[in-house]
Amino acid sequence: MSVTYLEAIREAQARALAEDSRVFIYGQDVGAFGGAFKATKNLAREFPGRVMDAPISEDAIVGLGVGAALEGLRPILEMQFADFSTVGFNQIVNQAATLFWRTGVPCPITIRLPCGGTSGSGPFHSQNLETIYSHYPGLVVMAPATVEDAYSMLLAAIAIDDPVIFCEHKLLYYHLKAESLPAEALPVGKARLAREGRDLTIVAYSAMVHEALAVAAQLATEDVEVEVVDLRTVKPLDTDTVIASVARTGRLLAVGESWPWGGVTAEVVSRVAAEGFNLLDAPPVRLNSRDTPVPFHPSLWKAHRPTAESIANAARKLLRQ
Amino acid sequence: MVPSEIDREGDLESPVSRDLCLRAFRWMILARVLDDKLASLYRGGKIHGGVFLGRGQEALSAAAGVSLRRSDVFAPLIRDLAGRLGFGETVLDVVRTYLGSALGPMRGRDGNVHRGRPRQGLLPMISHLGAMISVANGILLARRLKGVTDSVGIASIGDGATSTGSFHEALNQAAVERLPLVLVVANNQYAYSTGNERQFACRALIDRAPGYGVEGCTVDGTSLVECLSAIGQAVARAREGRGPQMIEARLLRLCGHGEHDDAGYVNAELKAGAIGRDCLKLAEEFLRGRNLASPQQIGQWRREAQATVEQAVAQVQREPGPDPYAEEWCALSGRKLADPAQV
Ligand SMILES: Cc1ncc(C[n+]2csc(CCOP(=O)(O)OP(=O)(O)O)c2C)c(N)n1
Ligand SMILES: [Mg+2]
Repeated sequence: MSVTYLEAIREAQARALAEDSRVFIYGQDVGAFGGAFKATKNLAREFPGRVMDAPISEDAIVGLGVGAALEGLRPILEMQFADFSTVGFNQIVNQAATLFWRTGVPCPITIRLPCGGTSGSGPFHSQNLETIYSHYPGLVVMAPATVEDAYSMLLAAIAIDDPVIFCEHKLLYYHLKAESLPAEALPVGKARLAREGRDLTIVAYSAMVHEALAVAAQLATEDVEVEVVDLRTVKPLDTDTVIASVARTGRLLAVGESWPWGGVTAEVVSRVAAEGFNLLDAPPVRLNSRDTPVPFHPSLWKAHRPTAESIANAARKLLRQ
Repeated sequence: MVPSEIDREGDLESPVSRDLCLRAFRWMILARVLDDKLASLYRGGKIHGGVFLGRGQEALSAAAGVSLRRSDVFAPLIRDLAGRLGFGETVLDVVRTYLGSALGPMRGRDGNVHRGRPRQGLLPMISHLGAMISVANGILLARRLKGVTDSVGIASIGDGATSTGSFHEALNQAAVERLPLVLVVANNQYAYSTGNERQFACRALIDRAPGYGVEGCTVDGTSLVECLSAIGQAVARAREGRGPQMIEARLLRLCGHGEHDDAGYVNAELKAGAIGRDCLKLAEEFLRGRNLASPQQIGQWRREAQATVEQAVAQVQREPGPDPYAEEWCALSGRKLADPAQV
């Protein structure tokens, strides 16, 4: 029996609902319908009254979640697509993220963001917003790359007393499979060595981890050993693990799927430059999506985001330096 | 003989008890005295940041505060000093937040009207207008999920803030969930300098209530007894399970938007008209005219309020401000999850 990334997200929510009476789910079409991607399939039936359809009101969805958290509950809020979370942006960054700091009262909400593109989805159903949420103090931002992490990190997110932005990648929903759900996990905030190597470090997260692993496999045939670091959470960012890897390889390529101005990859490069400059044998490189909205057509879409091909090219260039 | 229930002209939908009326009136006095003190501290350069008064809105606000039980929820906005006090906020919390005392609920991290005690049902407003209504909804929904069914929430909002998307989203949400929410709209004719004619095009704000499927009524916001009657009744309806209630109170802001603003733009006719009357004076006249409180008694209350305020200010002025070296500088409750970014 195997389980997909999407099923892991569904199973994590089912387990949280079963084990913790404070948990409830609120979002558009999450009830009897089971969600636009079926991440809450059958949960409304299994947990009557605790999986509720919301009106198309992202601001009020998040606001309601904050109020429920104040009352001691643990809301899971589903944004139908990450893109629409911008309508609830104010409540996320100004209400949820400031509450503890202002009042000393924690705000344990989990906001699930189906992120990333699939070709044909276009500018408004494809965005990766981890960068913009990471910019704000008071939020934890997760971007799991594996089925195991989708499951264990979502459970961790629900248990955390602070607001968590949970970026789940739509491209991984169906095709990424694991044999079973994990019994244990790395602590939140700890990056994972997805592959060991001594010539070059690729730092990635979410779907880009799989592109990076494909590159590592390919470059292995060219006698190059690529180390792949999967950040898992982008905030907090596990600087130590990244720098330890660069200390081994001397070369850094940071890959992210959000836009190039600023962002997670810029943060990775800046930290390595500031704290591990002497470890570098070549200038660090970053690779992001292009600086345009996410295109609709498959040929444009493929060229918009980093792919194994563009990452491999960047890696080869960096290795020649 | 002093009647225990007041029905003024016999035209109120629900009678107001003498006791409630006097309690609300005393909070109005305290709020006015405290507001005046804050304004004078501001003019003396003793307050960092702005000062925002509720002058002219004390009757409405106090009526909201005293209509709630301590176990209820109150989401006040900038002109709600009287209601906050009536709901249970202390004068010390107010003064400490304005003066930035480390001992206040916001500990110098936030100031002036941005204060509250969420664990006690007093929501700490963020500046972004309209944003607190859905938070109140969340508390009420959570209580329902937990089986607590007799709670009510009051959220305050201004005429200007009714134009926000979050106001619309939250009122619709409350109606869909049939939450026990009372939305008190203080239509004080202005949003900062912008008059109603540039704010909305419906005949009256209350016309929106049926559009959302909520019950609504209008009230003369200068009349304490009318405010008490209308809000008391709305709270009772919400508590009975009749869903959200909306009240539009008509009144005038008798001060600047903040103390930095001379409000020279306020229409002179409005100021001179019935809507421009001072609710505190009207309430005092009413109570004296009905022999519900003597001038001596009212004078005594005012002196007590002044003493309370002076004492609190004197105390807080000796309190320490926040210490930047002792500050934790961490916005997460889980300190282990703090990002290791170097600053
Ligand atoms: C979303 C948002 N936009 C702008 C402001 C700036 N602002 C603060 S108070 C105010 C006027 C509010 O008017 P109203 O809602 O009528 O309340 P009143 O001040 O009259 O009590 C404005 C524009 C804000 N706080 N929030
Ligand atoms: Mg106004």
